[in-house]
Amino acid sequence: MSDQAFDWVSALSAGGREQDDATRRLHELLLRAARFEVNRRRSSLDGSVDVDQLSSDAAHDALLAVLAKLHTYRGDSRFTTWAYKFALLEAAVKVRRRAWRGREVSLDADAWTRIPNLDTGPAASAESSELMLALRRGIQEALTPHQRLVLVQVTLEGVPIDVLAERLGSTRGALYKTLHDARRKLRLRLAEQGFDIDSGRKEAAA
Amino acid sequence: MNNRDVTRRLLGPAGPELTCDACFEQLDRYVEIELDGGDPHSAVPGMAAHLEGCPACAEEHESLLELLRSAPTEGP
Repeated sequence: MSDQAFDWVSALSAGGREQDDATRRLHELLLRAARFEVNRRRSSLDGSVDVDQLSSDAAHDALLAVLAKLHTYRGDSRFTTWAYKFALLEAAVKVRRRAWRGREVSLDADAWTRIPNLDTGPAASAESSELMLALRRGIQEALTPHQRLVLVQVTLEGVPIDVLAERLGSTRGALYKTLHDARRKLRLRLAEQGFDIDSGRKEAAA
Repeated sequence: MNNRDVTRRLLGPAGPELTCDACFEQLDRYVEIELDGGDPHSAVPGMAAHLEGCPACAEEHESLLELLRSAPTEGP
């Protein structure tokens, strides 16, 4: 562990005034990072949102998270870099959820059938149309309703995964696992059908 | 969004990738290696693929990069 890391970890665990001073200084760093993140994403928020309060809430939650995880810090990066990521995460999640507050997210697993993104119309090339049709069939036949819902809402509808997790009472990690499993099933199915997935071409039958 | 974009988004990255939790755990180290001009892909296998497939983690990766580029290193 570096001297720098030792100073932070020991100061934040020292008790008394030393710990209070270190905690206050850490909070200042986290608030700076939270403000940075909220300002980066400010355009996604309407004017009624109190961005100072949002940043302050994010910094507070990040401080609690950092202190709770302090024992896991291994010194693989500067302590401040390690701590910043907690503030950025808290702020990003809060901004995404606030931006989507009041917006409808369809939890209908068949909503994908109404999405016009799977273009098989005359503008699409024959190869592309064939792949789109195979994807559409794969989504319908190979995936569970839950996998269809997560895949389509996150990848095509642009619903932030944290927002969908909140609506479904789940977590980012659990939903990403669902997304990953759905993608793997689709890739496997397309490969079995002879598609060279990453070129979008279908290989000639032997 | 054209068909290529739709395909890329639906199918995600081809190779093995980290989970969101593992991505968060490694993010600080990965970004520092990037900023130091090292080889983050070798140091943290599966991270680049995850950042390609997970929009939320990709946004937070970009934010940490930008924050460190804009902020001086803090002591102690």
